[in-house]
Amino acid sequence: MSVLLIAEHNNKEVKPFTLNAISAASQINEDVNVLVIGSNSDEVAKSIAQVPNVKKVIHVNNSIYENYLAENYTSVITKLSENYSHIVCSANTFGKNLMPRVAALLDVSQVSDITKVISTDTFQRPIYAGNAFATVKSNDKIKCVTIRPTSFDPAPTSGGSAEIQNSDAGEATEIAKFIKKEEIKSDRPELGTARVVVSGGRGMQSGENFKLISAVADKLNAAIGASRAAVDAGYITNDHQVGQTGKVVVPDLYIAVGISGAIQHLAGMKESKVIVAINKDGEAPIFSVADYGLEADLFDALPKFLEELNKLNTIQK
Amino acid sequence: MKILVAIKRVIDYNVQIRVKEDNSGVVTDNVKMSTNPPDDNAIEEAVKIKETGKAKEIVAVSVGEEKAQETVRKALAVGADRGILVKVDGIVEPLAVSKILQKIVEKEKPDLVFMGKQAIDDDCNQTGQMLAALLNWPQATFASKILVKEKSLEVTREIDEGLETIEVNMPAIVTCDLRLNEPRYASLPNIMKAKKKPIEQFNASDLGVDTKSRIEQIKVEEPPKRKAGIKVASVEELVQKLKNEAKVI
Repeated sequence: MSVLLIAEHNNKEVKPFTLNAISAASQINEDVNVLVIGSNSDEVAKSIAQVPNVKKVIHVNNSIYENYLAENYTSVITKLSENYSHIVCSANTFGKNLMPRVAALLDVSQVSDITKVISTDTFQRPIYAGNAFATVKSNDKIKCVTIRPTSFDPAPTSGGSAEIQNSDAGEATEIAKFIKKEEIKSDRPELGTARVVVSGGRGMQSGENFKLISAVADKLNAAIGASRAAVDAGYITNDHQVGQTGKVVVPDLYIAVGISGAIQHLAGMKESKVIVAINKDGEAPIFSVADYGLEADLFDALPKFLEELNKLNTIQK
Repeated sequence: MKILVAIKRVIDYNVQIRVKEDNSGVVTDNVKMSTNPPDDNAIEEAVKIKETGKAKEIVAVSVGEEKAQETVRKALAVGADRGILVKVDGIVEPLAVSKILQKIVEKEKPDLVFMGKQAIDDDCNQTGQMLAALLNWPQATFASKILVKEKSLEVTREIDEGLETIEVNMPAIVTCDLRLNEPRYASLPNIMKAKKKPIEQFNASDLGVDTKSRIEQIKVEEPPKRKAGIKVASVEELVQKLKNEAKVI
């Protein structure tokens, strides 16, 4: 009964959500093995070996894994799978893309996006955009599970010294080819892990107006989020989208500005500790989940909000 | 070129769902049902490719209850040429759906299979990837842009960090993101014409696929309710509350 966790990384460092997935994996079983598939990825393997919850790191280092393609990863994973009762990874675009391909090859039904580990075979997961929670029991021999990262704390990154074992590469695929990645660089905290998120919706009216949001976000050291309407209207790039089909965030403070609060948006933020809504429509559904609602025109309220924040000399970082 | 589009009938995205009192599931009787939204993007994209002359035929397929026929009919009204309905009652897991679709693909031999990236009811985000695995085809998931080439597709994918472009050889599976296109509405004449288009029907058992659940649904519950909040009168009051009451800034 061991858990094989597939690490997400960029060949230099491990992606933060892998640490959340490691926490969840160790709740399933303490014998957590992490599989690092990469190219020149020694540093990644070494850093994961220092995570105390990890018992063993399996490293597959080959130039065919320079760029991540699910078609290339799967043969390695299925080959190792017979030694494991669980195969897990985080339920972000990496894991969502990869895990079902693995599950189908192993002929098992996958449990997606779990928010709670109830026992080794029973998990809780949200359905219907988080409007219901299902408790499900997997009866498959190998359990393929993806983990909602924001539902689990990240594992500590030092204190461990797991063995690193090298393993063989699988076959390189011919059927798919990586072309390019357009990463959006930002100095702000990452949306998925930020303590404070300030989000704008259709009410922002233009991309230019998002500077009102970024000014507040800078002051609060916050990440910037957006509703689908704002992304579709081209105000901001897609990696900012919060919701059922975007990212799920659970910050201490979520400030929704000019966002009506459609079911699909709430799915991505309603677990936030404190929710603030600034909207001129007093009937907007966002007010039904907001701890603090301000019915006001955002173009008046945001500059004033920044002004008031500037008066505070101590803002938590 | 032939494109198969897989579509699902789900509770309409605007409906505030209700959990059954016995916690066995969600109330679906007398609830408005529609096509799963990203599946509409999948149909739209197939129709657009056909309009450029690069595809000859679009086959819409749905796996579900008898009533899923309406969903197939809607796809026909938007531009699919014919439909297939594989009848199964109750919840069918993505693994079983992908096995059914595999059988249909083997019969129909399409060059491409399009579907939505996830269904908004089970939120699994699995079927396309599973079907790709079973067929040993490449997968392009969360597609927001598709460029059809001679024997391949160049697909831009929505990923956490931004965008990624990959090239997949045909035949391939593409799962569509909401950002891929703006689905069109079916016009009344097209809805009338769609009534004459053929829909072939099968039972899952005819195809030799075991649809028994591997995952037991033990219970379905409502999420914990959030405590009602308050409305503040001014920005000053908001900042003061966040500072002194909620202590988050």
